[in-house]
Amino acid sequence: MTVSSVGAVTTTLLLVGVFLAIMLNLNQITQEVEKDVEIKVLLDRTVEEDSEINRVEEEIDSIADVGSIEFSPKEEELERLIESMGDEGKAFELFDQSNPLKDAFVVKPANASNTMAIADDIQGIEGVSEVNYGREIVQRLLQFNDYARTIGLALIVALVLTAVFLISNTIKITIIARKKEIGIMKLVGATNGFIRWPFFIEGMLLGILGSIIPIAAVVSGYYYLYYNLGDKIQFEFIQLLPFDPFAWQLSLLILGIGVVIGIWGSVMSVRKFLKV
Amino acid sequence: MIEMQSVYKTYPNGVTALNGIDVHIEQGEFVYVVGPSGAGKSTFTRLMFREEKPTKGTVLVNGVNLSSLKERKIPKLRRQIGVVYQDFRLLPRLSVYENIAFALEVIEESPKNIKKRVMEVLDQVRLKNKARFIPDELSGGEQQRVSIARAIVNHPKLLIADEPTGNLDPDTSWEIMSILEEINAAGTTVVMATHSKDIVDKMRKRVIAIEDGLVARDEHRGEYGYEA
Repeated sequence: MTVSSVGAVTTTLLLVGVFLAIMLNLNQITQEVEKDVEIKVLLDRTVEEDSEINRVEEEIDSIADVGSIEFSPKEEELERLIESMGDEGKAFELFDQSNPLKDAFVVKPANASNTMAIADDIQGIEGVSEVNYGREIVQRLLQFNDYARTIGLALIVALVLTAVFLISNTIKITIIARKKEIGIMKLVGATNGFIRWPFFIEGMLLGILGSIIPIAAVVSGYYYLYYNLGDKIQFEFIQLLPFDPFAWQLSLLILGIGVVIGIWGSVMSVRKFLKV
Repeated sequence: MIEMQSVYKTYPNGVTALNGIDVHIEQGEFVYVVGPSGAGKSTFTRLMFREEKPTKGTVLVNGVNLSSLKERKIPKLRRQIGVVYQDFRLLPRLSVYENIAFALEVIEESPKNIKKRVMEVLDQVRLKNKARFIPDELSGGEQQRVSIARAIVNHPKLLIADEPTGNLDPDTSWEIMSILEEINAAGTTVVMATHSKDIVDKMRKRVIAIEDGLVARDEHRGEYGYEA
């Protein structure tokens, strides 16, 4: 075990840790936003009978990926409008008698990325007059989420692979020094597992040692971010994951990745010397 | 004990080492393998403990077909075969005792048994007083005795020696030969590749001569048959 291989693990885990913290928070935020995505389905004024309304509801329900449906009669819609306008809304109370609004369904998709497809399907149902869901915003949001996830994941995978490569190379040097020993072990009938075992342990230790600095850095960094800067960057819908338990989960994840990288790198480099 | 049937061996670089070998060796025999350098002696012996795999043909050792032996069964085979090399192959940082114990540790023998058995074989190769020495502190002959002790510590039925006296002076070589004879007398089959005319001609055992990848001669109580 050398300083250079511990250094390789440390550097990688530091980067992976920061990326993970950003990605998991971003994921949390987008999930919150996605939860708020809803489709408002306005019905034709001709749809008045309960049986008709039920039919539309059933048809919406039969579309794949529809999460929940809530019926909102036009009286309720008016009340909501009045409330949302505050004092000025009082003027609308006049419409109590001849309500110009339409009965509506509020549909939540089970998976926000299917919002557009669901909306298109609903548009085709007889008796539906209008479908609203803020197409532009939803589309952009979904695209952003996809990009963020893909890029983050690709970066983490690339980092991990680089670390495995670096580790297996540094370990290979120590193994070449022990090549003779491995050859003799094979000669006297040692199984591959028996030979691999010490390297397995060494890789694990490498991962544990290499994750100390990254865990300390990420935890203290997140502590500062959450408790000192938290107020400045958190808004109503942008909430950082709470320090406790997130910091501990992240530490465990970093440790886990470190151990996997260490073992992987070390076992990979011993593999070719076992073919004797 | 050992049965080879039309065995061919061609290395990946295109060199043909063995060109159709048929050999039968009984349990308890002492066999010299002789022949010019590069004629296939080493390949011939390496096939017996599956350090090499034949390209074609069958190699049976102790009833096990090595041509079709699964990778994970090789360790078990090697535990029944002792191997001695010209260059000893001892671990330089371990003591004599540890070098021999190593062969028992890898098969996860109990510490008590290891101690008992290592002392036994050290006695057999007459090195009991040097158990704590490291290989560099020993003469070539003593190092070779350590490697023989390691080879027989598992009670193998077959001992393969690839030019065990190649690096040793004549007197020391005779010491090694007398130990190998004792081991053979106790029932272990010994196959020894050698370039020593002196030894082969004096000992008068079975001689298999390999030339150009073929068995050129196979005589009981044979002679070396080449110029020294």
